Amino acid sequence: MSTATVEPASLRLVYFAWVRERVGLTEETVTPPAGTATIADLVRWLKTRGEGYELAFENEAVVRAAIDQTHAKPAAAITGAREIAFFPPMTGG
Amino acid sequence: MTPLVRIQREDFDIGAEIAALTRGNANIGAVVSFAGLCRDESGRLAALELEHYPGMAEAEIGRVAAEAAGRWPLSGLLAIHRFGLIRPSEQIVLVIAASSHRREAFEAADFLMDYLKTRAPFWKREHLADGTLGGWVEAKADDDDAAQRWEQIS
Repeated sequence: MSTATVEPASLRLVYFAWVRERVGLTEETVTPPAGTATIADLVRWLKTRGEGYELAFENEAVVRAAIDQTHAKPAAAITGAREIAFFPPMTGG
Repeated sequence: MTPLVRIQREDFDIGAEIAALTRGNANIGAVVSFAGLCRDESGRLAALELEHYPGMAEAEIGRVAAEAAGRWPLSGLLAIHRFGLIRPSEQIVLVIAASSHRREAFEAADFLMDYLKTRAPFWKREHLADGTLGGWVEAKADDDDAAQRWEQIS
C-alpha cells in the first residue's frame, strides 16, 4: 500500500442571487488546493481566483454557505462534501 | 404527523389547502393560516422575482417544520413557498397549522414563518414599475430578532 498522497477531491460549487451575479456563474466544479479544510479556507482560495470572486466575498461575514444543502458556519469542515453553496442572507417568506 | 412542504411556481388556494389538511380529522379544533403577499411598495414595484435553491429549499423548510411539529402537539402542518415572478397582491407563501386547541396552532404557524424567513434559501429581487430591474431585497435585522425570540421561550 503506497497511497500516501490523497487525490484532492472535486467539489461542486453553486451560487445564488448577487453572489451568483458577482461570480458570474451559477455553478462550477473545482478542485481546491490541499489543506482546504473549512468553508473559510475555501472562501480564502476562491478570492484568489479573480475579481468577480473578490467582489462576491468582499464582505465575508455577509455571505452564507451551505454544505450538501445544510446551513454551515465558516469554521465548518468541508471534508467529504459534494456540494457547497454560497448565497446572501435569505429574504424569502 | 408529517409536515407537508411544497415549493412551486404556481399559485395556491388557501381554502382548498385548509380543507385537504383537516379532512378526516374531527379532533381538530383550531386552524391557523398565514399567507404572505407581494406588496407594490406604494406603486414602486411591478413584481418580485423569487430565486431559490432547489432541494435545499424543501429540505430546510422541512427541518423547521419538523422542529415545530416536535415542539407543539399538531394535527397538521403545511408550508408552501412559491418561486419565479410574483406580481403585487399575489400570494408568495402559505403556512397552515392545525391542532386541537388554538394556542398551539397560532404559535406553530408563527414559529414556522419566523424561521422560514431567516433559514429558507429564497432571495427576492425587485422589478420596478418603470420597467427596469431593481436590486436584491436586503435581509432585515427584525427578521433575525423575530426568529431569535423563540430561543428564549422553552
